[in-house]
Amino acid sequence: MTTIAITETPLVLSLLRLADTALVHSHRLSEWCGHAPMIEEDLALANLALDLLGQARALYTYAAEVEGAGRTEDDLAYLRDAPQYRNVLMAELPRGDFAFTILRGFLLSAWAHPFWQAATRSTDAQLAAIAAKAEKEAAYHVRHTGEWTIRLGDGTDESRRRMLAALEALWPYSGELFEADAADRAMIAAGVLPDPATIRPAWEATVTRVFDEALLPRPADGWMHTGGRSGRHTEHLGHMLAVMQHLQRAYPGCSW
Amino acid sequence: MYTQALNQADTGSKLVEDADKLARFEAKIDAEERIEPNDWMPEAYRRTLVRQISQHAHSEIVGMLPEGNWITRAPTLRRKAALIAKVQDEGGHGLYLYAAAETLGVSREELIDQLLSGRAKYSSIFNYPTLTWADIGCIGWLVDGAAIMNQIPLCRTSYGPYARAMIRICKEESFHQRQGYEIMLTLCRGSAEQKAMAQDALNRWWWPALMMFGPPDAASVHTEQSMRWKIKRFTNDALRQQFVDATVPQAHFLGLTIPDPDLRYDEASGHWRFGAIDWEEFRQVLAGNGPCNRERMEARRRAHEEGAWVREAALAHAAKRRARAAAKIAAE
Ligand SMILES: [Fe+2]
Ligand SMILES: [Fe+2]
Repeated sequence: MTTIAITETPLVLSLLRLADTALVHSHRLSEWCGHAPMIEEDLALANLALDLLGQARALYTYAAEVEGAGRTEDDLAYLRDAPQYRNVLMAELPRGDFAFTILRGFLLSAWAHPFWQAATRSTDAQLAAIAAKAEKEAAYHVRHTGEWTIRLGDGTDESRRRMLAALEALWPYSGELFEADAADRAMIAAGVLPDPATIRPAWEATVTRVFDEALLPRPADGWMHTGGRSGRHTEHLGHMLAVMQHLQRAYPGCSW
Repeated sequence: MYTQALNQADTGSKLVEDADKLARFEAKIDAEERIEPNDWMPEAYRRTLVRQISQHAHSEIVGMLPEGNWITRAPTLRRKAALIAKVQDEGGHGLYLYAAAETLGVSREELIDQLLSGRAKYSSIFNYPTLTWADIGCIGWLVDGAAIMNQIPLCRTSYGPYARAMIRICKEESFHQRQGYEIMLTLCRGSAEQKAMAQDALNRWWWPALMMFGPPDAASVHTEQSMRWKIKRFTNDALRQQFVDATVPQAHFLGLTIPDPDLRYDEASGHWRFGAIDWEEFRQVLAGNGPCNRERMEARRRAHEEGAWVREAALAHAAKRRARAAAKIAAE
């Protein structure tokens, strides 16, 4: 099968943005499986990856249903190329060290938790149902990555040095979480999606609480990278998809 | 099996055990009672168990690597989720088994150190590469299948914590086996290329899977003692035969050919008789010369070394917390 073109109505686009962010982040987390600093973390990072993968699957299935072109979750995940992916850039950055993985997980889940909490009140019943499950999972992700952020920030000189490096690398990708374009605004107006401006205070509060305890400075908001949600990605996503989509591309049209 | 390197002579010193305690211990074993961590046990029993349980644990942990190799390339989201969950289960098995070994007075750190320094063994099977997606099917079907054959009797092994760990593990392994078989079935019902992929994987995994049960009984030094203590309940050869008998019809159902020209059904005994196993290959793999021995150990060592700063930070943070709590109490 060649690359597919999706009809991106505002709802389909919004679902793809959420699904792609969950899938791409899940994929990065799954790269740790068997290589984590301790067995407990092999299991915990796999749990996070599985939760996000489950969210992505529910969102793709719903997006395919809304699009109404008879596609499946796998068509959406495996047959779109990088420019059609709609995830935030932060999710696709390479795995990095454990500090980077933890901090990325924390920044994303500190956003996801209030986002899904608000989305449980969506006027779209299907999205509200997905949110009800995702909210509980995100609460656990905030707890797990938040505890590690504190341990590593206030651990040894080495762990602190690594956390500061991760923070410097990741912070400029945090702005994209709170963007709203025309499609988002249409969904916000219809009560389908929460307004990112209303998510931001909860995100700030979680970040401040955990960073204070981790003795990490909250960086100033300088230049912020953008583009992932409209398909302009880093160099890394193409490599990730080349690996992830390998079998579907090499043996088109098969069932697995 | 996951503990196949046990089949070598125990060179440890023979301790003179208290005759009364030994008699009571053996009476318990004969009565099918479980031995628990605080019970007296002969030193050789403890040593055998530590070695067997830790080899089993190491095999679970090293076993995460060949399958982990396909997590990022799983062909569908459903398969990706199932594979992550499976590899995660294997990590969980490693954890319970290390915990069971710890009840015998060794620490997880010591055991991991033995693995990373090359003093401890793990199952030879995990030194083979996973080259195509069909290998993930074959590992579930054959490797988890062989593991179940060996481990179901271990649910009744004489040492309580090991037996209980095995009960939980066996449930998950049989789920893995069904899942692996289902991958094979999907491939065999798929395109010609998919079916060829399945046959190629079977060709590569069949003989290594038979080797998982360890050397033939005649060459296995430990079997007799382990059988008497009910650590082991069936011999290597008996388990291997049971595995072949169960697996051959499954391969036929898939429409695959077992890569053994000597394989034939023996009407009289009701067993599938198989050809000679290349024990030289087995010895070479155990000696470190399998296709992936070096990579597997390097991957484990790298994870351990690169994770050292994380473990140190966790300890340092916990110590800081304790110190702060103590200072707070002192100030009140
Ligand atoms: Fe296992
Ligand atoms: Fe398994």
